[in-house]
Amino acid sequence: MKISAWFKARMRSYGPFVLLLLLLLAGWETAARIGGVPGYILPAPSAVWAALREHAPLLLGTHLPATLTEALLGFALAAVSGTLLGAGMHMFRPLEKALYPLLIVSQTIPMIALSPVFILWFGYSLWSKLAVVLLTSFFPVVVGTFDGLRSGGDMYRELLLTLGAGRRQLLLKTQIPMALPAYFSGLKLCIVYCVVGATIGEWLGGGKGLGYYSRRMAGNLQSAEMFAAILLLALLGMGLFLIIALTERLILKKRGLLS
Amino acid sequence: MLSIAGLSYSYEPGARPVFADLSLSVRGGEFIAVVGPSGCGKSTLFRIIAGLLEQAGGEVSIYGEPPGGAGSRLGRVGYMPQQDLLLPWRTVLDNCLLPWELRKDRSKAQAAAQIRELLARFGLSGTEQSYPRQLSGGMRQRIALLRTLAAGRPLLLLDEPFGALDALTKRELHRWLLELWGGLDKTALLITHDLEEALLLSDRIYIMSGGTLREHIVPWPHPRTADLSYQPEFAAQRRELERLLHEDFSLV
Repeated sequence: MKISAWFKARMRSYGPFVLLLLLLLAGWETAARIGGVPGYILPAPSAVWAALREHAPLLLGTHLPATLTEALLGFALAAVSGTLLGAGMHMFRPLEKALYPLLIVSQTIPMIALSPVFILWFGYSLWSKLAVVLLTSFFPVVVGTFDGLRSGGDMYRELLLTLGAGRRQLLLKTQIPMALPAYFSGLKLCIVYCVVGATIGEWLGGGKGLGYYSRRMAGNLQSAEMFAAILLLALLGMGLFLIIALTERLILKKRGLLS
Repeated sequence: MLSIAGLSYSYEPGARPVFADLSLSVRGGEFIAVVGPSGCGKSTLFRIIAGLLEQAGGEVSIYGEPPGGAGSRLGRVGYMPQQDLLLPWRTVLDNCLLPWELRKDRSKAQAAAQIRELLARFGLSGTEQSYPRQLSGGMRQRIALLRTLAAGRPLLLLDEPFGALDALTKRELHRWLLELWGGLDKTALLITHDLEEALLLSDRIYIMSGGTLREHIVPWPHPRTADLSYQPEFAAQRRELERLLHEDFSLV
């Protein structure tokens, strides 16, 4: 009884999505089989699945861990630097004035155009990939931290001042707790961009990773294998996103910010 | 307790002053109401007294000390704004412990015991572990007042504390505050738009408009009951007050 109620609730939220997905896959499969489109242009979902199973040891054993490592290390770098920058800009106004325009400029540069420079600087090492990941993904953390810390507004600030609070206490008692929702939004965007950044980094060169693999397979016209790698990249991004989203829920719930 | 002489303030140097040459004095234990049209500078006056704004000129002295700048007052006067500003992620008890957390002047057990005792007196027993969103507007406002009291300052500035409440809840809180006030041993300044509230609660009323203050003495001694507002004399006082306000207002 309880399980069927749970199932019904899930179906209400995710049912339409699952249905659409199945329809799309069915349409795709049919088109690929009877449409006369060559497999290297549009491989059928079943062919992608077969490729995934065939190359599973290589994909899951070598390439996925490589991309995961780059994404996670890049995320750590982006989260730490983004938090420090955002908090620094909140604490020191001159820093904000000086840095904010520069940060926005950094985001208008097309990363793909800039990336070859990193290869020049760092070679085909992990570092060139981390540099791409960092530059692709740190901005949402900066904005999330900075806007979040300001979201408390002046009213709470003034109330705490009249209670005799200092700057550090203002930060700890109201500004940080109030920044959490915006901060986590930044982290969620960041982790998704980390996977994108890692893929771009691997496209530029190197010897492993799902981005590297998908590019090599595309070059060989092995589209099914390429789609298999892309499927894994998408799943990786979703998985990492869910981990951050669950952490957010846990922390906000513990702090009574979620009912 | 509080004395202000020749106070002036303008938002920017050289701009038209919000007020110039304000003077008032408040004795210990008094309950003073400040009424006046919106935008006449009542809240600015409070923010100067609380030390959140620096006055442009004039002297403000609290607790009989020599007059000083805003920095010497900040954190030493209780201040309660119109919004309850309870922290939504903290329970009622933890919200009320906030003033203690910022000072740590005694043990947590002592502070919590005082809060529990106040909660009981405020008719809020049993809400300690609730979160603000689970409580009604009237209860939240009482808790915000409790938090202001828990800061332990002898002088309280109440900036329209009941302004956001519906008429029934407001009435109930007036009744409640009248019963409670005598035992609290505090001095208060109250900003309000509600003339009935001003007459019912305060010993003296300052009418503020056009940058000046006029004093009106409320003739009834404390303790009072809320039934006072049904007396014919109360209506007469109210009419007088309205006349004064109108007179001042039309001069502007």
